[in-house]
Amino acid sequence: MRHAVFLRFFLPTALAMLTFIALPIVSVLVQSVYAPHERVVVEVENCTPFGCTKSTVIDQEATRKLQEERPLGRFVGGDIYADRSHLAFGEIGQAWRGAETWADFGRRVMTLPFYKALAFTLTYMLFVTPLSIMLGFCVALAVNALPRMLRGPTIFFSLLPMIVTPLVGALILFWMVDSRGIIGSAVQWLAGDDDLSLKASTPLTWIMLIVYGTWSTAPFAFVVYYAGLQTVPQDTLESAMLDGATRWHRIRYIVLPHLLPLTTFMFLIKIMDNFRVFEPIVSFNAGAHAQSLSYFIYSDLAGETRLLSSAAATSVLTVAGVLVLLSPVLVRTWRQFGKA
Amino acid sequence: MFHKTKSALFLVALLATGTANAQTNCGATTGRVNIVGNEFPAIRSVAAQAARCQTGSLTVRSNLTANHQRINLAGMQGNPAEYTSAIVATSSIVELINNNVLRPLDALVAAHGADIPRNQLITIDGRIMAVAFMANSQHLVYRKDILAQVGAEPPKTYEEMIRIGRTLRERGILRNPIGGAYQAGWNLAQEFVNMYIGHGGEFFRPGTPEVAINNAQGIAALNTMKALSELMNPDFLTHDSNATSAEWRAGNVAMMNMWGSRTGVLMQREGNQPQVADNTTVGAPMTVGGGRIPATTLWWDGWTVARNVSDEDARATFLALKHGTSHALLNAETMGQAVWMIAGYQPAPVNKGVMDTMAMGAKPYPMLPYMGLLHTALGDGIAPFLQGRKDAATTLADIEAAYRTAARERGFLR
Repeated sequence: MRHAVFLRFFLPTALAMLTFIALPIVSVLVQSVYAPHERVVVEVENCTPFGCTKSTVIDQEATRKLQEERPLGRFVGGDIYADRSHLAFGEIGQAWRGAETWADFGRRVMTLPFYKALAFTLTYMLFVTPLSIMLGFCVALAVNALPRMLRGPTIFFSLLPMIVTPLVGALILFWMVDSRGIIGSAVQWLAGDDDLSLKASTPLTWIMLIVYGTWSTAPFAFVVYYAGLQTVPQDTLESAMLDGATRWHRIRYIVLPHLLPLTTFMFLIKIMDNFRVFEPIVSFNAGAHAQSLSYFIYSDLAGETRLLSSAAATSVLTVAGVLVLLSPVLVRTWRQFGKA
Repeated sequence: MFHKTKSALFLVALLATGTANAQTNCGATTGRVNIVGNEFPAIRSVAAQAARCQTGSLTVRSNLTANHQRINLAGMQGNPAEYTSAIVATSSIVELINNNVLRPLDALVAAHGADIPRNQLITIDGRIMAVAFMANSQHLVYRKDILAQVGAEPPKTYEEMIRIGRTLRERGILRNPIGGAYQAGWNLAQEFVNMYIGHGGEFFRPGTPEVAINNAQGIAALNTMKALSELMNPDFLTHDSNATSAEWRAGNVAMMNMWGSRTGVLMQREGNQPQVADNTTVGAPMTVGGGRIPATTLWWDGWTVARNVSDEDARATFLALKHGTSHALLNAETMGQAVWMIAGYQPAPVNKGVMDTMAMGAKPYPMLPYMGLLHTALGDGIAPFLQGRKDAATTLADIEAAYRTAARERGFLR
């Protein structure tokens, strides 16, 4: 394709990406280094149906002048990134100096919100990414081995977890794992402990979220692999069979290498998706046990007093985290395909 | 046949005069009214009543949603503002005042609101910022049949509630006899606010944004909450008011601290087991730790007028909402929806709890510019203590640190 033609093809996409992705990221970056002006509070008397009380309000006159001079707020540089709700450099330093053992240091760091959230986010990503891809692959192999007549309905049922709206799917499971729900009661019966509750225990909540994440995202891997399986060269498979290769041998030496580019692609997408885990935490009301970076952004923006700068800083850190995680895969892909 | 037609015509005529009356009663004929507010029956009724002021040249619209707090500020910051009025409560008015989007109502009250009772006017620094129309609070709700089984009187203090709860569990009557909206986040923080006020605590050093909850009252409040939570469904950290009500309806709970505005539906035969509906009883709010002030907070809901709208629209908004919360609102259906601050209101048995809360001198929820930040920090920080992963003092110190970080960002602290 000639460069000029390519450019004309690509221009609308490029414009859209610039407007809807690049510019917002720049705006978020700017927002994260500015904070609202200092507020002058004055003591006043407030009267409500329940009587009058001494209280404080923001001095609007004093604030307005500052606001007009510098509408972006006050420049704080990296302060928001360094504060206790984010990278918490000061608190990490204190923990380092105060801790006697590595375990003690780890325990202290894990009380800081950002690192606690990072621990869950990474655990979730490390388990859900490979598990959902493997599960998807197994389902794809199984469906591919079925007689043609049965494939259609089986594909439909395998896709259900993805078709069901995530919030609805999670809510159904949420009620099932309730200590009075069918799964919750079954677990109590199996463990012989009537007070056991999946929602009350942090490790069990994590496991539940990981299982839900795997269940709800496996269909994506299944669809991609099932499509991939249709492109595996039949001649090679047949000649392998003539050579006496077992089913396992054929999968290991023919199918898997053939599907490797698909696997790389899926790892990229899944790592990105899982690092931004959010819906399961909200729909399982699991905020007390598990937080993620995206959940922080949500709670900063959903509070009675919105913390825009804090949410912006967390967003930038999330983008940075995705880039760090993807860099090995990206470098690998670049080497593989960049040469061609 | 002829008779039927005649009465139908008569009915139409009656309705027409009724509407015409409603229009003239409002006093405004031109302008734009657009209300944003929370979504529950009482507010739906107010918005519907205000909409009766609509004429050819006066439009009245409303957007009622549980997410009102996420849109009301943005919807009032433009000029002209999209929303000419926000229906707010004790806590949600603060952010609107912080951002200076509300119009002081003194001139409008002087011109058109001489008949609004003084005590309904919310004044901040001497200026009228809102008009309250209903009161709400959390108070005791109990099952009289279950308490009778152990011969217990309805608890007056949280200590009694815990004692009765333990008895019910020991006798095998209910495994988890106490309910409560302890979902991590806003609900859990609200329960701490109640308990801390009940213990006589002050959230801030007077007149400053300096937080001061890491003290004996704070620790006592947390310990009471933990003792209560041990008698709750083990999933309590995931239970908001709705889930707590569901536990109540299932007959699993004998006592809980619940919102007045959410209790009526538990006492109706419709949608409930008769055993639950007939025995659900409303009590006064409880005290704690030998305190005199009940461990609860008083809330008002009221309406405001936006600053960035024309004087004509502001006047129309004021008159429409005044009509929306006037005596004309009260009928058989709306009477029980809330504790209305409207002349002619007759309290129903379900409203006893809120009336008692007012009579007992409960404190209103603190209307401070930085209270929202502390509420959020409390909501995020208390769960580890109730899970037994942190001691009380560390929990409170961490909550204070989280609050200070947020308050520094918002410019309240240096």
